[in-house]
Amino acid sequence: MSQAACIVGIGETDFCRKPGSGMSQLALQLRAATAAIQDAGLTPRVIDGIMPFPNLGRAEQFAANLGCENLRFAATIHTGGAAPVASLQAAATAVNAGMATHVLLPAGWNGYSGARVRQTVSQDVASIPGGAIARDYYLPFGFTAPPQWYSVMARRHMYEFGTTPEQLGTIAVTMRKHAQLNPKAVMHGRSMTLDDYLASPMLADPYRFFDCCLETDGAAAVVVTSAERARDLAAKPIQIMSGACGQPYPADEITNRKDFFRTGLSIAAPEAFGKAGIGPSDVDFAMIYDCFTFELLQQLEEAGFCKRGEGGHFVEGGRIELGGELPVNTHGGLLSEAHVLGMSHITEAVRQLRGEAEGRQVEGAEIGVVTGWGDFGDGSIAILRR
Amino acid sequence: MSEYTKPLPELEGHTKDFYGFCKQGELHFQRCSACGTWRHVPRELCAECGSWDWEWARSSGRGEVYTWTVVGRALHPAFQQSCPYAPTVIELEEGVRLLSEVLDVAPEALEIGMPVEVVFEAVTDEITLPKFKRVAAS
Repeated sequence: MSQAACIVGIGETDFCRKPGSGMSQLALQLRAATAAIQDAGLTPRVIDGIMPFPNLGRAEQFAANLGCENLRFAATIHTGGAAPVASLQAAATAVNAGMATHVLLPAGWNGYSGARVRQTVSQDVASIPGGAIARDYYLPFGFTAPPQWYSVMARRHMYEFGTTPEQLGTIAVTMRKHAQLNPKAVMHGRSMTLDDYLASPMLADPYRFFDCCLETDGAAAVVVTSAERARDLAAKPIQIMSGACGQPYPADEITNRKDFFRTGLSIAAPEAFGKAGIGPSDVDFAMIYDCFTFELLQQLEEAGFCKRGEGGHFVEGGRIELGGELPVNTHGGLLSEAHVLGMSHITEAVRQLRGEAEGRQVEGAEIGVVTGWGDFGDGSIAILRR
Repeated sequence: MSEYTKPLPELEGHTKDFYGFCKQGELHFQRCSACGTWRHVPRELCAECGSWDWEWARSSGRGEVYTWTVVGRALHPAFQQSCPYAPTVIELEEGVRLLSEVLDVAPEALEIGMPVEVVFEAVTDEITLPKFKRVAAS
Protein backbone atom coordinates (compact mmCIF):
# COMPACT_ATOMS: atom_id res chain seq x y z
CA MET A 1 0.00 0.00 0.00
CA SER A 2 3.01 2.29 0.21
CA GLN A 3 2.51 3.33 -3.42
CA ALA A 4 -1.01 4.61 -2.79
CA ALA A 5 -1.58 8.25 -3.66
CA CYS A 6 -2.08 10.47 -0.63
CA ILE A 7 -4.05 13.40 0.65
CA VAL A 8 -1.38 15.81 1.84
CA GLY A 9 -3.30 19.01 2.48
CA ILE A 10 -6.74 20.04 3.70
CA GLY A 11 -8.31 23.47 4.00
CA GLU A 12 -11.68 24.92 4.96
CA THR A 13 -13.35 28.27 5.34
CA ASP A 14 -15.73 29.06 8.15
CA PHE A 15 -19.23 27.71 7.65
CA CYS A 16 -22.25 29.94 8.16
CA ARG A 17 -25.81 30.86 7.33
CA LYS A 18 -26.61 34.48 8.23
CA PRO A 19 -25.14 36.88 7.27
CA GLY A 20 -23.43 34.83 4.59
CA SER A 21 -19.81 34.48 3.58
CA GLY A 22 -19.61 38.01 2.16
CA MET A 23 -17.58 36.83 -0.79
CA SER A 24 -18.10 35.21 -4.16
CA GLN A 25 -18.30 31.45 -4.53
CA LEU A 26 -15.00 31.56 -6.37
CA ALA A 27 -13.30 33.59 -3.63
CA LEU A 28 -14.72 31.25 -1.01
CA GLN A 29 -13.29 28.22 -2.77
CA LEU A 30 -9.96 29.97 -3.31
CA ARG A 31 -9.73 30.60 0.45
CA ALA A 32 -10.15 26.89 1.13
CA ALA A 33 -7.78 26.02 -1.71
CA THR A 34 -4.96 28.27 -0.46
CA ALA A 35 -5.44 26.86 3.05
CA ALA A 36 -5.12 23.30 1.71
CA ILE A 37 -2.04 24.14 -0.36
CA GLN A 38 -0.43 25.82 2.65
CA ASP A 39 -1.33 22.87 4.88
CA ALA A 40 0.55 20.62 2.44
CA GLY A 41 3.60 22.86 2.63
CA LEU A 42 3.28 23.61 -1.09
CA THR A 43 2.98 26.77 -3.16
CA PRO A 44 0.17 27.31 -5.67
CA ARG A 45 2.74 27.34 -8.46
CA VAL A 46 3.26 23.57 -8.21
CA ILE A 47 -0.43 22.70 -8.43
CA ASP A 48 -0.66 21.15 -11.90
CA GLY A 49 -4.05 19.45 -11.62
CA ILE A 50 -7.42 20.93 -10.62
CA MET A 51 -10.75 19.11 -10.33
CA PRO A 52 -13.56 21.63 -9.71
CA PHE A 53 -17.00 20.62 -8.44
CA PRO A 54 -19.65 20.46 -11.22
CA ASN A 55 -21.04 23.89 -12.15
CA LEU A 56 -19.12 25.74 -9.42
CA GLY A 57 -16.14 27.10 -11.28
CA ARG A 58 -13.69 26.24 -14.01
CA ALA A 59 -10.17 24.96 -13.57
CA GLU A 60 -8.98 27.92 -15.64
CA GLN A 61 -10.41 30.36 -13.09
CA PHE A 62 -8.78 28.59 -10.16
CA ALA A 63 -5.45 28.37 -11.95
CA ALA A 64 -5.42 32.02 -13.02
CA ASN A 65 -6.27 33.29 -9.54
CA LEU A 66 -3.88 31.02 -7.69
CA GLY A 67 -0.95 31.30 -10.10
CA CYS A 68 -0.91 27.69 -11.28
CA GLU A 69 1.13 28.32 -14.39
CA ASN A 70 1.82 24.65 -15.09
CA LEU A 71 -1.71 23.27 -15.20
CA ARG A 72 -1.74 19.92 -16.98
CA PHE A 73 -4.79 18.07 -15.69
CA ALA A 74 -8.26 19.63 -15.46
CA ALA A 75 -11.38 17.53 -15.11
CA THR A 76 -14.78 17.52 -13.43
CA ILE A 77 -16.78 14.41 -12.55
CA HIS A 78 -20.43 15.18 -13.18
CA THR A 79 -22.08 13.21 -10.41
CA GLY A 80 -23.33 16.02 -8.17
CA GLY A 81 -22.58 15.43 -4.49
CA ALA A 82 -20.70 12.25 -5.36
CA ALA A 83 -18.11 14.31 -7.24
CA PRO A 84 -15.59 15.17 -4.47
CA VAL A 85 -15.07 11.56 -3.40
CA ALA A 86 -15.14 10.41 -7.03
CA SER A 87 -12.48 13.04 -7.72
CA LEU A 88 -10.25 11.52 -5.02
CA GLN A 89 -10.11 8.32 -7.06
CA ALA A 90 -9.53 10.23 -10.29
CA ALA A 91 -6.84 12.41 -8.75
CA ALA A 92 -5.08 9.36 -7.30
CA THR A 93 -5.19 7.70 -10.71
CA ALA A 94 -3.88 10.87 -12.36
CA VAL A 95 -0.89 11.24 -10.07
CA ASN A 96 -0.05 7.55 -10.28
CA ALA A 97 -0.20 7.75 -14.09
CA GLY A 98 2.01 10.83 -14.16
CA MET A 99 -0.73 13.05 -15.58
CA ALA A 100 -0.20 15.49 -12.73
CA THR A 101 1.89 15.78 -9.58
CA HIS A 102 -0.23 17.87 -7.22
CA VAL A 103 -4.00 17.85 -7.76
CA LEU A 104 -6.27 20.37 -6.06
CA LEU A 105 -9.91 19.43 -5.31
CA PRO A 106 -11.95 22.51 -4.32
CA ALA A 107 -15.67 22.64 -3.51
CA GLY A 108 -17.82 25.28 -1.94
CA TRP A 109 -20.75 27.60 -2.44
CA ASN A 110 -22.94 30.26 -0.97
CA GLY A 111 -25.66 27.68 -0.36
CA TYR A 112 -27.42 30.01 2.07
CA SER A 113 -26.79 33.58 1.01
CA GLY A 114 -26.60 32.87 -2.72
CA ALA A 115 -29.08 31.08 -4.94
CA ARG A 116 -30.84 28.61 -2.67
CA VAL A 117 -31.34 25.04 -3.77
CA ARG A 118 -35.03 25.37 -3.10
CA GLN A 119 -35.26 28.20 -5.62
CA THR A 120 -33.01 26.99 -8.36
CA VAL A 121 -32.81 23.24 -8.79
CA SER A 122 -36.08 22.78 -10.58
CA GLN A 123 -35.68 25.78 -12.87
CA ASP A 124 -32.66 24.72 -14.83
CA VAL A 125 -32.87 21.67 -17.09
CA ALA A 126 -29.15 21.87 -17.78
CA SER A 127 -28.28 21.18 -14.16
CA ILE A 128 -31.25 19.14 -12.92
CA PRO A 129 -30.54 15.40 -12.67
CA GLY A 130 -32.24 13.60 -15.52
CA GLY A 131 -32.38 16.80 -17.58
CA ALA A 132 -35.31 16.73 -20.00
CA ILE A 133 -36.75 13.60 -18.35
CA ALA A 134 -37.27 15.51 -15.12
CA ARG A 135 -38.65 18.48 -17.01
CA ASP A 136 -41.11 16.43 -19.05
CA TYR A 137 -42.15 13.68 -16.62
CA TYR A 138 -41.50 14.92 -13.05
CA LEU A 139 -41.87 18.69 -12.86
CA PRO A 140 -45.43 18.84 -14.29
CA PHE A 141 -46.51 16.69 -11.34
CA GLY A 142 -44.74 18.78 -8.72
CA PHE A 143 -41.91 16.25 -8.24
CA THR A 144 -39.33 19.01 -8.35
CA ALA A 145 -36.58 18.71 -5.74
CA PRO A 146 -34.18 16.29 -4.02
CA PRO A 147 -36.11 15.69 -0.76
CA GLN A 148 -39.14 14.71 -2.84
CA TRP A 149 -37.20 12.46 -5.22
CA TYR A 150 -35.43 10.61 -2.43
CA SER A 151 -38.31 10.41 0.01
CA VAL A 152 -40.19 8.02 -2.30
CA MET A 153 -37.28 5.62 -1.75
CA ALA A 154 -37.47 6.16 1.99
CA ARG A 155 -41.20 5.38 2.03
CA ARG A 156 -40.74 2.21 0.00
CA HIS A 157 -37.96 1.14 2.38
CA MET A 158 -40.28 1.71 5.34
CA TYR A 159 -42.90 -0.45 3.62
CA GLU A 160 -40.58 -3.29 2.69
CA PHE A 161 -38.37 -3.39 5.78
CA GLY A 162 -40.28 -1.68 8.57
CA THR A 163 -37.87 1.24 8.89
CA THR A 164 -39.37 3.79 11.28
CA PRO A 165 -39.46 7.58 11.62
CA GLU A 166 -37.72 7.13 14.98
CA GLN A 167 -34.83 5.39 13.25
CA LEU A 168 -34.46 8.22 10.74
CA GLY A 169 -34.70 10.60 13.69
CA THR A 170 -31.91 8.75 15.47
CA ILE A 171 -29.65 9.62 12.55
CA ALA A 172 -30.60 13.31 12.71
CA VAL A 173 -30.12 13.40 16.47
CA THR A 174 -26.74 11.65 16.23
CA MET A 175 -25.47 14.14 13.65
CA ARG A 176 -26.64 16.98 15.89
CA LYS A 177 -24.90 15.40 18.87
CA HIS A 178 -21.64 15.22 16.93
CA ALA A 179 -22.01 18.87 15.92
CA GLN A 180 -21.89 19.77 19.61
CA LEU A 181 -18.28 18.50 19.59
CA ASN A 182 -17.38 20.63 16.55
CA PRO A 183 -17.08 24.39 17.18
CA LYS A 184 -17.16 25.01 13.41
CA ALA A 185 -20.52 23.31 13.00
CA VAL A 186 -23.40 25.64 12.19
CA MET A 187 -25.52 23.68 14.70
CA HIS A 188 -22.88 23.84 17.46
CA GLY A 189 -24.63 24.97 20.62
CA ARG A 190 -28.07 23.95 19.33
CA SER A 191 -28.89 20.50 20.61
CA MET A 192 -31.85 18.46 19.40
CA THR A 193 -33.86 15.62 20.91
CA LEU A 194 -35.84 12.88 19.18
CA ASP A 195 -39.01 14.70 20.28
CA ASP A 196 -37.75 17.87 18.58
CA TYR A 197 -37.17 15.82 15.46
CA LEU A 198 -40.61 14.21 15.52
CA ALA A 199 -42.26 17.60 16.07
CA SER A 200 -40.59 19.20 13.06
CA PRO A 201 -42.92 19.84 10.10
CA MET A 202 -43.22 17.49 7.15
CA LEU A 203 -41.36 18.79 4.12
CA ALA A 204 -41.71 15.73 1.87
CA ASP A 205 -43.34 13.05 4.00
CA PRO A 206 -41.70 10.82 5.27
CA TYR A 207 -39.04 13.55 5.36
CA ARG A 208 -39.49 16.07 8.10
CA PHE A 209 -37.64 19.35 8.20
CA PHE A 210 -34.91 17.77 10.35
CA ASP A 211 -34.35 14.91 7.90
CA CYS A 212 -32.89 17.46 5.51
CA CYS A 213 -29.37 18.83 5.20
CA LEU A 214 -28.49 22.40 5.99
CA GLU A 215 -28.14 25.17 3.44
CA THR A 216 -24.92 27.00 4.28
CA ASP A 217 -22.06 29.09 2.90
CA GLY A 218 -18.65 27.49 3.01
CA ALA A 219 -15.87 25.75 1.12
CA ALA A 220 -13.30 23.02 1.63
CA ALA A 221 -10.43 21.67 -0.44
CA VAL A 222 -7.84 18.92 -0.45
CA VAL A 223 -4.55 18.32 -2.26
CA VAL A 224 -3.62 14.87 -3.61
CA THR A 225 -0.16 13.75 -4.63
CA SER A 226 1.83 10.57 -5.19
CA ALA A 227 3.19 8.44 -2.35
CA GLU A 228 6.71 9.30 -3.40
CA ARG A 229 6.11 13.05 -3.36
CA ALA A 230 4.11 12.81 -0.12
CA ARG A 231 7.14 11.54 1.75
CA ASP A 232 8.87 14.91 1.25
CA LEU A 233 5.96 17.05 2.47
CA ALA A 234 5.16 18.63 5.78
CA ALA A 235 1.82 17.07 6.62
CA LYS A 236 1.29 13.47 7.68
CA PRO A 237 0.15 11.82 4.43
CA ILE A 238 -3.19 9.99 4.39
CA GLN A 239 -3.24 7.16 1.87
CA ILE A 240 -6.05 6.66 -0.62
CA MET A 241 -6.14 2.86 -0.37
CA SER A 242 -8.84 2.61 -3.02
CA GLY A 243 -11.71 4.45 -4.61
CA ALA A 244 -14.65 3.55 -6.80
CA CYS A 245 -17.71 5.09 -8.42
CA GLY A 246 -21.03 3.74 -9.58
CA GLN A 247 -24.37 4.76 -10.97
CA PRO A 248 -27.85 3.40 -10.42
CA TYR A 249 -29.68 1.90 -13.40
CA PRO A 250 -31.12 3.81 -15.01
CA ALA A 251 -29.27 6.79 -13.53
CA ASP A 252 -31.44 9.41 -15.23
CA GLU A 253 -34.85 8.14 -14.07
CA ILE A 254 -35.61 7.25 -10.50
CA THR A 255 -38.96 5.42 -10.71
CA ASN A 256 -38.25 2.59 -13.17
CA ARG A 257 -35.50 0.72 -11.36
CA LYS A 258 -36.13 -3.01 -11.10
CA ASP A 259 -34.25 -2.97 -7.82
CA PHE A 260 -35.46 0.24 -6.19
CA PHE A 261 -32.60 0.41 -3.68
CA ARG A 262 -29.65 -0.43 -5.90
CA THR A 263 -27.74 2.84 -6.23
CA GLY A 264 -24.26 3.80 -7.37
CA LEU A 265 -22.71 2.77 -4.09
CA SER A 266 -24.09 -0.76 -4.52
CA ILE A 267 -21.63 -1.12 -7.39
CA ALA A 268 -18.80 1.02 -6.02
CA ALA A 269 -18.48 -0.28 -2.46
CA PRO A 270 -17.64 -3.94 -3.22
CA GLU A 271 -15.09 -2.74 -5.77
CA ALA A 272 -13.43 -0.34 -3.33
CA PHE A 273 -13.32 -2.84 -0.46
CA GLY A 274 -12.05 -5.53 -2.84
CA LYS A 275 -9.23 -3.34 -4.14
CA ALA A 276 -8.25 -2.32 -0.61
CA GLY A 277 -8.29 -5.94 0.52
CA ILE A 278 -10.43 -5.19 3.55
CA GLY A 279 -14.07 -5.42 4.52
CA PRO A 280 -16.53 -3.02 6.14
CA SER A 281 -15.82 -4.51 9.56
CA ASP A 282 -12.18 -3.38 9.31
CA VAL A 283 -13.15 0.29 9.20
CA ASP A 284 -12.76 2.60 12.22
CA PHE A 285 -15.23 5.26 11.08
CA ALA A 286 -17.35 6.29 8.11
CA MET A 287 -18.12 9.72 6.69
CA ILE A 288 -21.37 9.13 4.80
CA TYR A 289 -22.91 11.75 2.49
CA ASP A 290 -25.98 12.69 4.51
CA CYS A 291 -28.07 14.93 2.29
CA PHE A 292 -31.06 13.34 4.03
CA THR A 293 -31.32 10.87 6.88
CA PHE A 294 -32.50 7.96 4.78
CA GLU A 295 -29.68 8.38 2.28
CA LEU A 296 -27.23 7.85 5.13
CA LEU A 297 -29.09 4.71 6.21
CA GLN A 298 -29.34 3.45 2.64
CA GLN A 299 -25.63 3.94 2.02
CA LEU A 300 -24.75 2.07 5.23
CA GLU A 301 -26.68 -0.85 3.76
CA GLU A 302 -25.38 -0.69 0.21
CA ALA A 303 -21.79 -0.17 1.39
CA GLY A 304 -22.12 -3.41 3.30
CA PHE A 305 -21.90 -2.13 6.88
CA CYS A 306 -25.16 -4.03 7.41
CA LYS A 307 -27.53 -6.01 5.23
CA ARG A 308 -30.20 -4.32 3.16
CA GLY A 309 -33.23 -3.74 5.34
CA GLU A 310 -31.22 -3.74 8.57
CA GLY A 311 -30.09 -0.11 8.40
CA GLY A 312 -32.84 1.11 10.71
CA HIS A 313 -31.76 -1.28 13.41
CA PHE A 314 -28.08 -0.60 12.72
CA VAL A 315 -28.28 3.10 13.54
CA GLU A 316 -29.90 2.45 16.93
CA GLY A 317 -28.24 1.99 20.29
CA GLY A 318 -25.41 4.44 19.72
CA ARG A 319 -23.71 2.28 17.10
CA ILE A 320 -23.02 5.25 14.77
CA GLU A 321 -22.08 7.65 17.57
CA LEU A 322 -18.57 8.60 18.54
CA GLY A 323 -17.51 5.76 20.84
CA GLY A 324 -19.85 3.33 19.08
CA GLU A 325 -19.00 0.44 16.79
CA LEU A 326 -18.95 2.63 13.66
CA PRO A 327 -18.78 6.38 14.33
CA VAL A 328 -20.44 8.17 11.39
CA ASN A 329 -19.88 11.83 10.48
CA THR A 330 -18.06 12.94 13.60
CA HIS A 331 -18.18 16.54 12.33
CA GLY A 332 -21.98 16.59 12.23
CA GLY A 333 -22.30 16.05 8.49
CA LEU A 334 -24.45 17.90 6.00
CA LEU A 335 -27.28 17.61 8.52
CA SER A 336 -25.63 19.52 11.36
CA GLU A 337 -22.17 20.82 10.44
CA ALA A 338 -22.62 22.46 7.03
CA HIS A 339 -23.39 21.52 3.43
CA VAL A 340 -19.99 21.66 1.80
CA LEU A 341 -20.98 19.34 -1.06
CA GLY A 342 -19.26 16.35 0.53
CA MET A 343 -15.79 17.88 0.66
CA SER A 344 -15.96 18.43 4.43
CA HIS A 345 -16.53 14.68 4.81
CA ILE A 346 -13.10 14.18 3.28
CA THR A 347 -11.40 16.86 5.39
CA GLU A 348 -12.94 15.38 8.54
CA ALA A 349 -11.74 11.89 7.59
CA VAL A 350 -8.23 13.25 7.12
CA ARG A 351 -8.35 15.01 10.52
CA GLN A 352 -9.42 11.75 12.15
CA LEU A 353 -6.63 9.76 10.51
CA ARG A 354 -4.04 12.40 11.39
CA GLY A 355 -5.25 12.25 14.99
CA GLU A 356 -6.19 15.94 14.84
CA ALA A 357 -9.92 15.68 15.50
CA GLU A 358 -9.49 17.16 18.99
CA GLY A 359 -12.62 16.76 21.12
CA ARG A 360 -14.14 14.22 18.74
CA GLN A 361 -11.19 11.97 17.93
CA VAL A 362 -11.98 8.33 17.13
CA GLU A 363 -9.48 6.52 19.34
CA GLY A 364 -6.80 4.76 17.33
CA ALA A 365 -8.39 5.57 13.99
CA GLU A 366 -6.39 3.85 11.26
CA ILE A 367 -8.78 3.19 8.38
CA GLY A 368 -11.78 5.30 7.37
CA VAL A 369 -14.39 5.32 4.63
CA VAL A 370 -15.83 8.37 2.86
CA THR A 371 -18.83 8.20 0.54
CA GLY A 372 -20.57 10.57 -1.84
CA TRP A 373 -24.14 10.61 -3.17
CA GLY A 374 -25.38 12.77 -6.00
CA ASP A 375 -28.13 13.35 -8.52
CA PHE A 376 -30.57 10.39 -8.62
CA GLY A 377 -28.27 8.10 -6.62
CA ASP A 378 -24.82 8.30 -8.17
CA GLY A 379 -22.30 6.95 -5.70
CA SER A 380 -18.65 7.18 -4.81
CA ILE A 381 -16.45 5.78 -2.08
CA ALA A 382 -12.85 6.10 -0.97
CA ILE A 383 -11.04 4.06 1.65
CA LEU A 384 -8.39 6.06 3.45
CA ARG A 385 -5.59 4.93 5.73
CA ARG A 386 -3.15 6.77 7.94
CA MET B 1 -59.76 30.22 -17.40
CA SER B 2 -56.92 31.58 -15.28
CA GLU B 3 -53.45 31.15 -16.61
CA TYR B 4 -51.83 27.79 -15.86
CA THR B 5 -48.51 28.46 -14.13
CA LYS B 6 -47.16 24.99 -13.29
CA PRO B 7 -44.30 23.55 -15.34
CA LEU B 8 -45.27 21.82 -18.58
CA PRO B 9 -43.48 19.18 -20.66
CA GLU B 10 -41.74 20.28 -23.84
CA LEU B 11 -43.48 18.58 -26.74
CA GLU B 12 -40.37 17.31 -28.49
CA GLY B 13 -39.54 13.93 -29.99
CA HIS B 14 -41.12 10.90 -28.36
CA THR B 15 -42.44 13.09 -25.54
CA LYS B 16 -44.64 14.85 -28.07
CA ASP B 17 -46.17 11.50 -28.97
CA PHE B 18 -46.58 10.38 -25.34
CA TYR B 19 -48.54 13.49 -24.42
CA GLY B 20 -50.30 13.45 -27.78
CA PHE B 21 -51.86 10.11 -26.84
CA CYS B 22 -52.81 11.55 -23.44
CA LYS B 23 -54.65 14.36 -25.20
CA GLN B 24 -56.64 11.69 -27.05
CA GLY B 25 -57.50 10.09 -23.70
CA GLU B 26 -55.20 7.11 -24.07
CA LEU B 27 -52.07 6.06 -22.17
CA HIS B 28 -49.38 4.64 -24.42
CA PHE B 29 -45.88 3.43 -23.72
CA GLN B 30 -43.15 2.16 -25.97
CA ARG B 31 -43.10 -1.62 -26.41
CA CYS B 32 -40.19 -3.46 -28.00
CA SER B 33 -41.24 -5.19 -31.20
CA ALA B 34 -38.58 -7.86 -30.77
CA CYS B 35 -38.84 -8.96 -27.14
CA GLY B 36 -42.12 -7.31 -26.10
CA THR B 37 -40.65 -5.39 -23.17
CA TRP B 38 -42.59 -2.23 -22.23
CA ARG B 39 -40.64 0.85 -21.30
CA HIS B 40 -41.03 4.31 -19.81
CA VAL B 41 -39.65 6.99 -20.12
CA PRO B 42 -39.19 6.94 -23.91
CA ARG B 43 -35.86 5.54 -25.10
CA GLU B 44 -34.33 5.03 -28.52
CA LEU B 45 -33.71 1.30 -28.33
CA CYS B 46 -34.57 -1.63 -26.09
CA ALA B 47 -32.19 -1.86 -23.15
CA GLU B 48 -33.26 -5.50 -22.66
CA CYS B 49 -32.53 -6.92 -26.13
CA GLY B 50 -30.94 -4.09 -28.12
CA SER B 51 -33.63 -3.92 -30.76
CA TRP B 52 -34.37 -0.57 -32.42
CA ASP B 53 -37.82 -1.73 -33.41
CA TRP B 54 -40.64 -0.58 -31.18
CA GLU B 55 -44.20 0.62 -31.28
CA TRP B 56 -46.47 2.77 -29.19
CA ALA B 57 -48.74 0.33 -27.40
CA ARG B 58 -51.85 1.19 -25.42
CA SER B 59 -51.67 0.54 -21.71
CA SER B 60 -54.66 -0.81 -19.83
CA GLY B 61 -54.24 2.28 -17.64
CA ARG B 62 -54.64 0.09 -14.58
CA GLY B 63 -52.01 -0.22 -11.92
CA GLU B 64 -51.27 0.26 -8.27
CA VAL B 65 -49.57 2.71 -5.97
CA TYR B 66 -45.88 1.80 -5.60
CA THR B 67 -44.68 4.66 -3.38
CA TRP B 68 -45.23 8.37 -2.91
CA THR B 69 -44.17 11.49 -1.05
CA VAL B 70 -46.38 14.17 0.46
CA VAL B 71 -45.11 17.65 -0.26
CA GLY B 72 -45.88 19.76 2.79
CA ARG B 73 -43.84 22.72 1.68
CA ALA B 74 -43.43 23.39 -2.03
CA LEU B 75 -39.90 23.67 -3.39
CA HIS B 76 -41.15 25.17 -6.63
CA PRO B 77 -43.12 28.43 -6.57
CA ALA B 78 -45.89 27.15 -8.85
CA PHE B 79 -46.90 24.45 -6.35
CA GLN B 80 -47.20 26.64 -3.26
CA GLN B 81 -50.98 26.72 -3.41
CA SER B 82 -51.17 22.96 -4.00
CA CYS B 83 -49.75 21.77 -0.66
CA PRO B 84 -50.19 19.22 0.64
CA TYR B 85 -50.04 17.14 -2.54
CA ALA B 86 -48.61 13.72 -3.23
CA PRO B 87 -46.38 12.93 -6.22
CA THR B 88 -47.00 9.19 -6.57
CA VAL B 89 -45.20 6.40 -8.38
CA ILE B 90 -47.77 4.18 -10.12
CA GLU B 91 -46.79 0.69 -11.23
CA LEU B 92 -48.89 -0.22 -14.25
CA GLU B 93 -50.03 -3.71 -15.18
CA GLU B 94 -47.54 -3.74 -18.04
CA GLY B 95 -44.69 -3.36 -15.54
CA VAL B 96 -43.63 0.20 -16.24
CA ARG B 97 -43.81 2.86 -13.54
CA LEU B 98 -45.03 6.40 -14.01
CA LEU B 99 -44.71 9.43 -11.73
CA SER B 100 -48.16 10.96 -11.37
CA GLU B 101 -50.81 11.74 -8.79
CA VAL B 102 -53.99 10.07 -7.47
CA LEU B 103 -56.67 12.72 -7.72
CA ASP B 104 -59.48 11.43 -5.54
CA VAL B 105 -57.50 10.15 -2.56
CA ALA B 106 -56.21 12.43 0.19
CA PRO B 107 -52.46 12.10 0.71
CA GLU B 108 -52.91 10.62 4.19
CA ALA B 109 -55.22 7.92 2.78
CA LEU B 110 -52.79 6.58 0.17
CA GLU B 111 -51.59 3.01 0.58
CA ILE B 112 -48.97 0.99 -1.22
CA GLY B 113 -50.75 -1.50 -3.48
CA MET B 114 -53.90 0.63 -3.80
CA PRO B 115 -55.46 -0.17 -7.20
CA VAL B 116 -55.79 2.85 -9.48
CA GLU B 117 -56.79 3.65 -13.04
CA VAL B 118 -55.67 6.41 -15.37
CA VAL B 119 -57.76 9.53 -15.95
CA PHE B 120 -56.80 12.51 -18.03
CA GLU B 121 -56.54 16.10 -16.94
CA ALA B 122 -56.40 18.73 -19.68
CA VAL B 123 -54.37 21.48 -18.03
CA THR B 124 -53.96 23.67 -21.12
CA ASP B 125 -55.29 23.60 -24.67
CA GLU B 126 -52.16 21.70 -25.69
CA ILE B 127 -51.24 19.58 -22.70
CA THR B 128 -53.14 16.78 -21.02
CA LEU B 129 -51.52 15.06 -18.05
CA PRO B 130 -52.15 11.43 -17.09
CA LYS B 131 -53.45 11.27 -13.53
CA PHE B 132 -55.08 8.43 -11.57
CA LYS B 133 -58.17 7.63 -9.53
CA ARG B 134 -58.84 4.86 -7.10
CA VAL B 135 -60.72 1.80 -8.31
CA ALA B 136 -62.16 -1.20 -6.46
CA ALA B 137 -59.74 -4.10 -6.02
CA SER B 138 -60.19 -6.59 -8.83
